Amino acid sequence: MTRYRFTTHVGTAAPGCPAERSSAVVLTVAMLAVSLATSCSRTTAVTVIVPKPTSFGAAIVESSGGKQFAQTGSLLPQPVVVLVNDAQGTAVAGALVVFAAAPGVTFDPPNGLTDSSGQVTTNVSLGGMAGRYQITASTLDKSHKRIELKLEEIALGYQQTLGGRLNDQYCDRCHNPESTVERVSNYDNLEVKPHPFTEGDTLNKISDADLTAIISHGGPALNKSALMPAWGNTLSKSEIEALTSYIRAVSDPPSREAGPVYTKN
Amino acid sequence: MKEKLTALWQKLFGDSVRAFGVVSLIFLGSLAIAPAKNFFSEWRHYQHGYFKMIRNRSDANTLQRHFQGGIQQIWLPELGVVDRCASCHVGLKEPSLADVPNQPFRTHPVIPHKLEQFGCTVCHRGQGAATTVEEAHNSTLAWEQPILPAKYIESSCGQCHRGPLPGTLQLNQGRNLLSREGCVHCHTVKLPDGSTMKATDDPPSLSHIADKTTREWIFAWLKDPQAYASTSTMPNFKLSDDDARDMSAFLVANSTPLAGDNIALTRVPAADPAAGASLYGESFCASCHAVQNAAGNMVGGDVGPELTRVGTKVKPAWLLAWLSNPRAYDPGTAMPHYRFNDSQIATLSGFLQAKADPDYLANVKLDAATPEQIAHGKRLVSDYGCASCHEIAGIKKPENFAPELSRIGSKPVTQLIFLPGMQHTLPDYIAGKIKQPRAFSPGLKMPQYTFTAAQIDSLTTALLSLNDRSYSLPPSLALPAKPESDYQPAGKAGKLMTDLACFSCHRINGHGGDMAPDLTWEGSSVQREWLVQFFKNPGTLRPSLIRRMPRFNVTDAEANDLTDYIMTVYQNPAVDRDSMQLSGYSQGQIELGRQLFYGKYSCQGCHIVDTKTDKGYIGPTLTQVGSRLTAAWIYQWMKNPQSLRPGTVEPNRAMSDEDARALTAFLISQKGGGKSPLPAKAARNGAAKQEVAKK
Repeated sequence: MTRYRFTTHVGTAAPGCPAERSSAVVLTVAMLAVSLATSCSRTTAVTVIVPKPTSFGAAIVESSGGKQFAQTGSLLPQPVVVLVNDAQGTAVAGALVVFAAAPGVTFDPPNGLTDSSGQVTTNVSLGGMAGRYQITASTLDKSHKRIELKLEEIALGYQQTLGGRLNDQYCDRCHNPESTVERVSNYDNLEVKPHPFTEGDTLNKISDADLTAIISHGGPALNKSALMPAWGNTLSKSEIEALTSYIRAVSDPPSREAGPVYTKN
Repeated sequence: MKEKLTALWQKLFGDSVRAFGVVSLIFLGSLAIAPAKNFFSEWRHYQHGYFKMIRNRSDANTLQRHFQGGIQQIWLPELGVVDRCASCHVGLKEPSLADVPNQPFRTHPVIPHKLEQFGCTVCHRGQGAATTVEEAHNSTLAWEQPILPAKYIESSCGQCHRGPLPGTLQLNQGRNLLSREGCVHCHTVKLPDGSTMKATDDPPSLSHIADKTTREWIFAWLKDPQAYASTSTMPNFKLSDDDARDMSAFLVANSTPLAGDNIALTRVPAADPAAGASLYGESFCASCHAVQNAAGNMVGGDVGPELTRVGTKVKPAWLLAWLSNPRAYDPGTAMPHYRFNDSQIATLSGFLQAKADPDYLANVKLDAATPEQIAHGKRLVSDYGCASCHEIAGIKKPENFAPELSRIGSKPVTQLIFLPGMQHTLPDYIAGKIKQPRAFSPGLKMPQYTFTAAQIDSLTTALLSLNDRSYSLPPSLALPAKPESDYQPAGKAGKLMTDLACFSCHRINGHGGDMAPDLTWEGSSVQREWLVQFFKNPGTLRPSLIRRMPRFNVTDAEANDLTDYIMTVYQNPAVDRDSMQLSGYSQGQIELGRQLFYGKYSCQGCHIVDTKTDKGYIGPTLTQVGSRLTAAWIYQWMKNPQSLRPGTVEPNRAMSDEDARALTAFLISQKGGGKSPLPAKAARNGAAKQEVAKK
């Protein structure tokens, strides 16, 4: 048998690769393996370019975008905006903020330098599983120590999304104290105030059966206000189930049924 | 080397006994391959993992009892489904496993379908028959499909459900965008039911464009439509200055004057911005048109074009003609024909002319067009397919201008050309094309749209639903979309309703907009006198709404014609208007009704009967309901509101006949004092206060 010697140089040996001439065979086999591996994998690795920070902050706080709901896998309705301050509480421009979360969550952009108002804005797509997602925004302080801010976002499954739509149509006008230009809240006009669905402290104490009973038969069914009408003849059983699962999903603090919290690793 | 090999050969196959022994061993070894492969298979590994996981749970016994080992398969020949996913995804049907963080052991989220009926790959794509993760999830060979990312999952609902579903907002939005944003003007989309997707937008005709605006404005608009109006749906064609110059030259040269576009006003008052603003407000122009305010926020609707810089765009004479009768210039416009008098036209036109941006055209200097430029412009207008959307005299609407998008959801990845750095999947390709069409090749004609990331996801979802399965579905599984009605009222009143563009906001018999109430049963609902008065002077019924019925300044004769038609034609067979009287109910019954209203049914939560005590701002104000609605309608509404207006927020209270009659008596006694309802202002002040508080 003849012993093959490989004399051709491969131009783009990765830096740090032990490329000794005597072990040309080893090298070539490695190169073959690498080239095979790259040609087989269909997804090109996307390298994340991290910009160099020009300054450093002392604290990172949320400007907006926490505690939003979106359907699994989809974009949050509003971007997440975080603010980097220095020790005096003034906004810092040019500080690097890196976003991270459980696999499946994507950020656009995944990192950035703070603008002149000290803010970084990113659009967040949640993962494919319904539940709560913890998002970590981190920046470096002067001693290059990592400071973190944790936000929570809620991914709604199909049933909860359906419940959310029913909430918009039937419940939100009274149960949501926030008014918008398009939709004036009726909350302030009611003598007995309804519970906003995020009010976990109260709603988590109500059992599923009781919650279903109040929705189906109205407030008086549980000796509560008659201002809450009965919806049992308007909504179907599965629609009421969808509504309760939505209420459980958005409550804050989370209800027992809210499911796991997804964090980065 | 050679010697070594020879020695080895001798050792193994030197004599017949050795050879027999070695061959037997090899044979035995190869026999063991199949059982070993089975034993070490991935699905077995996952099933072991499942057992390990449930061992420590309190419900381990139940879960163990439910567990079925081995390959699990769902076979649905009608759908071509052979899904073995449940071999690894063992916990799909265990409701108690909802607290497991990730697949493969988590419960399937609640959906309206059963797994045994549809399998997995109908919704999730992927290779159902595969028994390894890599082959099942990631394979992208030409005949295979990778698993569908969660964010596009609604596209799978759209395979069977051809109409909108309450739970699939993204799919519904994507389908709307396809027809509303002009996609289907250029791209043919043949739907699985055999029909062709129709565009619902109405790009203006350019045949008389020179009446309306200047060549300079056309030039600036073609260069960057969003610079003029950020809400514009016209895409950016990224034209060079020369191309935009030549196209504007052609469009102006090609335009023919329209007879009605020059009107003479008998009386022109001095411009009065305050009067203009109040007329703009009273006419509820903002229900359809948006204007950017000083803070940079858009205020107003998106039915008509944005008016922030309209004074820079339109020619004054054209604006007068348009305000006097928009249907003269564009017979199909959604804009109502307000019967403004000359003084109102002059006031409103002055107000709109003042919405100008002098900087917008400051740098546009165009020399007179040469015949070569015009000819070149004409060629460009044809090349870019402008006539696909706009009517342009002398240029035919091109057929199949852009690639057909039917079945785009099943296009093999091997036929696609990806950008460097892009994931090689069909959804990423579609989304990338919508996001930056020209990035794929500089020569492409598809213009740049200004879709948000969420809109791109919606559009991609809608396009992915147009796949082979949706076209080859067994007819028993397809759920057809409700066909859009083309209902058109007849006769004099019908003409009047078209002229007033009632259908831009109201829906009747399945046709029309959804900004205002459905009028299909209006004739059974309201009293004649009230309707005549309402046409003359529309008051507010729902204090918290910012959109209202505008005043069209109709004549008495017009109001009567419309009322007669509505009272005669729009009747609900279940409501006999004359079966219950409008007065003469006993005081006792009225009192009982009052008690029910404030007590048992607590209607004051949403409605107002007494403006001093009641605060409900959700439903219509009922202070004058006795002069507005018929008793028979109120009674039927109490019994079953959804039967009269499907989807109404008013809950069905399953009222007894006695309760419904008493409430009818109480409500019909609310005749009102004819004073304008006060709460409107209060409600809006409340909203404004809350707005301020939020800031």
